[in-house]
Amino acid sequence: MPKDSGIGASTKRREDLRFLTGAGNYTDDINIHGQAHVHFLRADVAHATINGIDLADAEKMPGVLRIFTGADFEPVGGLPCGWQVTDKHGEPMQEPKHPIIAHGKIRHVGEIVAAVVAESLAQARDAAEVIGLNLTELPAVVDMKTAVADGTTKVHDDLTSNLCYDWGFVEENKDAVDEAIKNAAHVTTLELVNNRLVANPMEPRVAVGEYSRSDDMHTLHTTSQNPHVIRLLMGAFVLGIPEHKLRVVAPDVGGGFGTKIFHYAEEAFCTFAAKAVNRPVKWTSTRSEAFMSDAHGRDHVTKIELAMDADNNFTAIRTETYANMGAYLSTFAPSVPTWLHGTLMAGNYKTPLIYVNVKAVFTNTVPVDAYRGAGRPEATFQLERVIDMAARERGVDPIALRRQNFVTEFPYATPVAVEYDTGDYEATMAKLEEIADMGGFAARRAESEKNGKLRGLGVNCYIEACGIAPSNLVGQLGARAGLYDAATVRVNATGSISVMVGAHSHGQGHETSFPQVISEMIGIPEDQIDIVHGDTSKIPFGMGTYGSRSLAVCGSAMVRAAEKVINKAKKIAAHLLEASDADIELKDGQFSVAGTDKSVAWGDVTLAAYVPHNYPLEDIEPGLEETAFYDPANFTYPAGAYACEVEVDPDTGKVTIERFSAADDFGNIINPMIVSGQVHGGIAQGIGQALLENCAYDENGQLLSASYMDYTMPRADDLPFYSVDHSCQTPCTHNPLGVKGCGEAGAIGSPPSVVNAVIDALQSGGKNVAHIDMPLTPSRVWNAMNNA
Amino acid sequence: MYAFEIERPSTIADAVNALKGEDAQALGGGQTLIPTLKQRLAMPSKLVSLTDIGEMKGVCLGDGGEVCIGGATTHATVSKEAAAHYPALADLASHIGDPAVRNRGTIGGSLANNDPSACYPAAALGSGARIITNSREIAADDYFEGMFTTALDEGEVITEVRFPVPEKANYQKFLQPASRFALVGVFVAKYADGVRVAVTGASEEGVFRWTEAEEALSGNFDGGAVDGLSVSADGMISDLHGTSDYRAHLVKVMTKRAVAASS
Repeated sequence: MPKDSGIGASTKRREDLRFLTGAGNYTDDINIHGQAHVHFLRADVAHATINGIDLADAEKMPGVLRIFTGADFEPVGGLPCGWQVTDKHGEPMQEPKHPIIAHGKIRHVGEIVAAVVAESLAQARDAAEVIGLNLTELPAVVDMKTAVADGTTKVHDDLTSNLCYDWGFVEENKDAVDEAIKNAAHVTTLELVNNRLVANPMEPRVAVGEYSRSDDMHTLHTTSQNPHVIRLLMGAFVLGIPEHKLRVVAPDVGGGFGTKIFHYAEEAFCTFAAKAVNRPVKWTSTRSEAFMSDAHGRDHVTKIELAMDADNNFTAIRTETYANMGAYLSTFAPSVPTWLHGTLMAGNYKTPLIYVNVKAVFTNTVPVDAYRGAGRPEATFQLERVIDMAARERGVDPIALRRQNFVTEFPYATPVAVEYDTGDYEATMAKLEEIADMGGFAARRAESEKNGKLRGLGVNCYIEACGIAPSNLVGQLGARAGLYDAATVRVNATGSISVMVGAHSHGQGHETSFPQVISEMIGIPEDQIDIVHGDTSKIPFGMGTYGSRSLAVCGSAMVRAAEKVINKAKKIAAHLLEASDADIELKDGQFSVAGTDKSVAWGDVTLAAYVPHNYPLEDIEPGLEETAFYDPANFTYPAGAYACEVEVDPDTGKVTIERFSAADDFGNIINPMIVSGQVHGGIAQGIGQALLENCAYDENGQLLSASYMDYTMPRADDLPFYSVDHSCQTPCTHNPLGVKGCGEAGAIGSPPSVVNAVIDALQSGGKNVAHIDMPLTPSRVWNAMNNA
Repeated sequence: MYAFEIERPSTIADAVNALKGEDAQALGGGQTLIPTLKQRLAMPSKLVSLTDIGEMKGVCLGDGGEVCIGGATTHATVSKEAAAHYPALADLASHIGDPAVRNRGTIGGSLANNDPSACYPAAALGSGARIITNSREIAADDYFEGMFTTALDEGEVITEVRFPVPEKANYQKFLQPASRFALVGVFVAKYADGVRVAVTGASEEGVFRWTEAEEALSGNFDGGAVDGLSVSADGMISDLHGTSDYRAHLVKVMTKRAVAASS
């Protein structure tokens, strides 16, 4: 029987009422008296020397308050990078300065060259059009392998080359891996591209900077997934504003997908300019600006080799990846192809030897950073594609080959430094076979063939490391921040509760699911509990939402704080009931003395805490409010198995997804409806990557897919009805809720099965196509078929 | 966008007069022009809206049985009001863009713009339509002069388009996945005196007639009639969404499908 409230209930998302009725409060809804507007003049060439900028005419234009250039930002810091990767020789990565406004050189199309602050946005645009730029164009560095070749133009003159780092993992295993591959009975080799993507949240980025002369207080309203991270990075490393003089507010945010984690130039600019012109300064990104200034995702070029023995047991994996950093290091960019990618190369399999090499490369393109899944989709894609190819080469069933190599005993220490706490990969695969109706595939294929179509079935497994992360571990790995989270549970006198959380909700439904946990713990209705998030002046110092971490990390902090509250409340109840606090039980909002009918209601206890007339003041303080910080002991490891069935039109190469099934193990689940929604959205983005989305540059560094006319976002009619299941549950062993996180799974787990299915379809039609790079557009599929 | 004046005349004569001003620009449904203005890619001093001109709106049957569509008639109206007279044309109109585009965009606007991937140019050329302007009548064969280029003079307004009704016709559009314009669209129409085949989306020169297919299909109106033909990839568009080879191939596939679906 499904529950109707608390943990496990599909409570309807309370935040949707305001989102769906236009009552949301997004950053662009914020307009402050006296506000000025900034228009950024952005580079339309990829690489150039700035010889001079003539502002004389522009400064005379109506409404202009001030025009800023790179020179204005020389005294302040560049945008900081939050993760330092050490290369295979033990040397730190090359880390160029990342200016707020280009100074001396332009390094990508879309980089800010000048910023016009004016009374109105139209006036700012008018003035920007008469700014005189004196540029000398330089050859653009676009292709990664060319970028690291000798003699190539450097993106940064002060670095030794365009190579950010050359990372080997685990370097000590390299010789053994090489030897195992040399001696293998069979080696399958696959070269592939993991295509560059643009996240495209529905709400573009917005920043409103504010400065109060009366108390020297700076406020930044911004579209962020993690306001405290922005406050720390921008205050301490860029603008030199003490944290107690800087407030960062991220109100309703319309989707992030990773791209709103990072600290961006526009945020620092609006904060800086608000004081400089003594006016609030607002910027709202256009969609065109979003394409060329939001951090992009993925963009790996990889060669993977999978070695097997004569019985098809995996014996070794060796990979070499070129990872595009773009022109500068975005906030967490270096960690994505390394610690979020290399550590996942074991997948769900007990391959004993693995070596991962990653060369991170600077190019004259928009910076690349985390996008839903971040490193884990890249790991999963290459592994699950090469396994499929190996099964085909060996003539064995791809599911059987996977099963044969599954990790089956937990905890399992992989050869790539992580330890899986729990899992049951056989269970999710068996569930997948059931919900995907694999037994009916042959009949469906026959029906498709009767209609002149090719039908294919593709399967893959995935594992991800979520709930990022133990701070002491990530510190050793190069993180320049802790990755705990925090929550304050504030019980009000009449018993209602406000929970201030460090996590940030921008689509995840925290305002609904977090109260379900508190409701379950205390036994009061969910609507008596509210979540407060997104404002550094209201919430404790938490690290925000990304990496499917909110519930596993911040939710755990909330549970710890609630436990403290309950323990204190039991002491108060014990006093009121004249009993020992060890005998007090809390159930359904009532404190009772074990084994008696004596009880006192939650609300009477909370009132006593704030009106402490009959209260043990000598033992405990009045009030009922507790804060907890939670630092996880390990990552969590959601895993699962996905299946995709496609039809391919052999005349046009068009791929249609007919069925898509996902069997996930997320551990314990708070709200099944929200979990299904997260999986649905993730799969949509995964299918988008596999079939539709492609961020492409030409050889001059011009962005070819700079609008929705050329960048294909998945639409409803591109997608099937999904069959998703999360009944396989092996609870996480090291957090109090036993939860693993579900936000990224769909995007990580879906691309390989789509491509595997298309290859299966083409092979069934007698086309000897081994691989097609994503996105599998009709043109690419048709060209592959006709060149096979 | 830059500032501009706007006039909303209610007669063709007033519209033509208003368009005589320097840098004046006609505004149909605005589905191309307004986004262009918002990107500051055009800077007209004055827009002359054609949407209030009653005599330029609606669908009727002409004396010769042809379907006459006012230049300011929206795609949504054509999809409804032409359905009984020319189903293939109405069907084409019902699949242009999305509902917002169809409720604003007009046939005159589309033909005057002559986007190389638009649908209406294929219908007009494939039907041998006549383009009626405020000053003359232009045969479709003389009207389309290349990508975004037409026989219209400065300030000339398309007041009506007259489509001879074929025995059978069909339009097949293979979508460019991002914009959902035609990656390749083929309009096939069978008239008593022969078959016309017009192709949009494929060529760097905009809409064109595939005359070899017309000849073959005029002899035998069956998809198999084009089996032996091939379309040259020379001059075909090659971009992110499709190579020129692929587009040339699709011309043939869509032609066969249009013949098969003709009714």
